[in-house]
Amino acid sequence: MLTKRIIACLDVHAGRVVKGVQFVDLVDAGDPATQAARHAREGADEIVLLDITATHEGRQTLLDTVRRTARELFVPFCVGGGIRSARDAEQVFEAGADKVSINSAALADPALIGEIGRSFGAQAVVVAIDARRDPQAADPVGDAQVFVHGGRKPAGRRAVEWAREAERRGAGEILLTSMDADGTRAGFDCELTAAVSQAVSIPVIASGGAGSVAHFADVFARGKADAALAASIFHFGVSTSRSLKEELAASGVSVRLPC
Amino acid sequence: MRVTVIDYKAGNLTSVLKALHHLGAEPQVTDGDLALVDSAERIVLPGVGHFTATERLGATGLTGAIRAAIARGVPFLGICVGMQWLYSGSTEAPDQPSLGHFSEVCTRFCEGKEKIPHVGWNSLEIPPGNGAAPRLLAGVAPGEFVYFTHAYKAPVTPDTAAVTHYIEPFAAAVERGNVFGVQFHPEKSGGAGLRIIKNFLGAPC
Repeated sequence: MLTKRIIACLDVHAGRVVKGVQFVDLVDAGDPATQAARHAREGADEIVLLDITATHEGRQTLLDTVRRTARELFVPFCVGGGIRSARDAEQVFEAGADKVSINSAALADPALIGEIGRSFGAQAVVVAIDARRDPQAADPVGDAQVFVHGGRKPAGRRAVEWAREAERRGAGEILLTSMDADGTRAGFDCELTAAVSQAVSIPVIASGGAGSVAHFADVFARGKADAALAASIFHFGVSTSRSLKEELAASGVSVRLPC
Repeated sequence: MRVTVIDYKAGNLTSVLKALHHLGAEPQVTDGDLALVDSAERIVLPGVGHFTATERLGATGLTGAIRAAIARGVPFLGICVGMQWLYSGSTEAPDQPSLGHFSEVCTRFCEGKEKIPHVGWNSLEIPPGNGAAPRLLAGVAPGEFVYFTHAYKAPVTPDTAAVTHYIEPFAAAVERGNVFGVQFHPEKSGGAGLRIIKNFLGAPC
């Protein structure tokens, strides 16, 4: 049986893993290669490394970080943050990533999705969507809006419609972050996740709002998510992906165990 | 050991090379140097993406060299699209010639309520052997999870070494003689995947 994936996300700044609440009060949380290997050992089904440094010098540091992280990592490895062109993506793949996550660049130039997909396969292209419900709309969920530049700027697109276009253009997966839920630890936005997941045939990874094991069970059941991102699972007393999965299995979610 | 990895611009080459290095093999890569196929002690054909990518194998003469190496008894492992290439074709690119070592044709998952492609970790069911235990999967526990990402698959036949269920049962692994194929990505399947690659490296010539 196909299992629900638990994806460990590492935010990386200047070559180090950082933790913080909405990028405020960044705390050094170690070496990315070491942390990624630990997450894989502790049962994560996949690793996402998000580069939150947006400088030119940061790119070279990132490539070096990706190279070191990929070397001893034998689970799927996705890298995102600041990938603006097919050439950027190619460098990240050459450094050892299996997938790239693109966000603002895909909205600015949707053809980029197909361009990367043609060279590296659709499975290698994850389109990340940061979305917020539109309280003004008749259907706040169905009309949820997409934002770019770290959530500061509206993209003028609806999340559901953009996800459909991304799929049509050759995206392999959608990484959907609910900006309303992000940082709240009050649960994923299951309605929004379900709206996007049911609109596309490709897998949808839910992100934003995880605060308890029950939230994960909920986003898999009600939210129809195929995978969920766990950036700060340690904040609510679950020490590892494995223990999270053990609790999910006990509540009837199909996960990869033993792992 | 001279492990030759075929480069036909199929995406997961870096990951496959990393796994081989990790297991102590010294892979050499060819995108057209037939001498590296002729001298190979093992051949790995990676792959991910569209079946049309395999067109390059015919165009560069690699298909003929691989066919000859297989006939000499050199162990061969095809991964994902590399496995599908071992069959007589795929409906993804119906006119695209392939190796035809296995006579069946690969087909797309049936449309329905499940998502296509099949992406993620799914379990291996190892059918009761008809005599010989599967060599590629030696030591792999039934039910072990491996990582898949594909929309086309090969049918279950007597050569199937492992079956996985998604929408319908399909061949997750195939083996006959010195020819092996896996639909999943052993280079991305943790310890179980590394064990499978190790088994392949240890397969008798």
